[in-house]
Amino acid sequence: MKMNKPISHHLTDQDLLDYSTGKLEESFALAAAVHVSVCDQCRATLDSFDAIGGTVLENSSHQEMSQGSFDKTMALISALPSTKVTRKEPSNLPDALAGYIGKSLDDIKWTPIGMGVKQKILHTGDTGTARMLYIPAGTAVPDHGHKGREWTLVLQGAFFDETGHFGPGDIEIADPTVEHTPTAAAGDACICLAVTDAPLRFSGILHRLVQPLLRI
Amino acid sequence: MTLLDTRLRRIEASPCGQVCDSRGISVAHKEDGVLDKTPNDKWVALIRRINRDKDVSAFEVLFDHFAPRVKSFLMKSGADNTMAEECAQEVMATVWQKSHLFDPTRASASTWIFTIARNKKIDALRKLKRPEPDELSWGAEHEPDQEDVISLQQETQRLGAALSELPQKQRDLLEQAFFHEKSHSEIAQDTGLPLGTIKSRIRLALDKLRHSMS
Repeated sequence: MKMNKPISHHLTDQDLLDYSTGKLEESFALAAAVHVSVCDQCRATLDSFDAIGGTVLENSSHQEMSQGSFDKTMALISALPSTKVTRKEPSNLPDALAGYIGKSLDDIKWTPIGMGVKQKILHTGDTGTARMLYIPAGTAVPDHGHKGREWTLVLQGAFFDETGHFGPGDIEIADPTVEHTPTAAAGDACICLAVTDAPLRFSGILHRLVQPLLRI
Repeated sequence: MTLLDTRLRRIEASPCGQVCDSRGISVAHKEDGVLDKTPNDKWVALIRRINRDKDVSAFEVLFDHFAPRVKSFLMKSGADNTMAEECAQEVMATVWQKSHLFDPTRASASTWIFTIARNKKIDALRKLKRPEPDELSWGAEHEPDQEDVISLQQETQRLGAALSELPQKQRDLLEQAFFHEKSHSEIAQDTGLPLGTIKSRIRLALDKLRHSMS
């Protein structure tokens, strides 16, 4: 992920709190993990929420462990494979994303969805949908609104819409009230991670017909 | 800047004085040349011994303190006794296995163990994966700067003190927000408080904690 300029679109404190407490669905947690990997400001906020979680844990009540639990834990440990500290192979992508798409954006097997736009649905275990989107420079994604939330995180290139300009690392948080037409900026094709907790609502009749087929 | 940074702004060393934890664990613990001013430093030294020496007695002290808290956390999140017991053992086994990843300049022991327990909760109770941000760790050879370690552990100490000074109602809601598998609207249903009140109370509690650190 090439970061040309500072990140200017962030997660909200509430989103980071939900991520810290483990309340985000897997697809949204994926987007949060990728954003935090490259955004020091959100990482600091997340660390502070985790610290509060730790303090709450420290000061909370105890539940007595059963007899022999320590020995059982030692037995678990001896059954664990030994973890060697290995140097990670260099990757341009945050680990969280590499777990879903492979080491590089070049590894993605895209499916064309029209007008040069391509997508790849990621397999998350929740009810939301996470997908990678490839939008050629200058191309607009059809005007759409949302029944639920949609987060769009830029990995390469940039896009702009009615609400602003989004470059690598930036995340757009769109709630059901937002109707927008994201357009890839000139230069590199724009590659994003888009997560939704409800299908997108495209305005045109044709798109409404094909939408179930594309799962977006 | 690392540490708790922009939110819990770095505080100048204040006379944190003689602090004991709720169970009165001694603060005058000296080990590994770590300056032990707070109980947190003791945990840091213990995890270091687990990593470096595979020291079972160090692990047992850590286990006795944290396993019952982790088990309680898991039961509040909806696990029954058997499941919480098993998961708490697995969490503590992970603590042993991943002790080389603990970075005392970024987290206290309780914070680090909280994150492992939370991930276990998501995995075991919700059956979901937990995508994690990239580690900032500098690798195994990296020796943490003692000043950063002490400053982080002192911040943690102060955070704990600030938490115990919160009004009971706010502390309860904060615990629910972190521990219970409930959304704000479910907490609202349970407590009969309007959703807006829940949200603003949690925000108020967090703000107070932050201000107490600045």
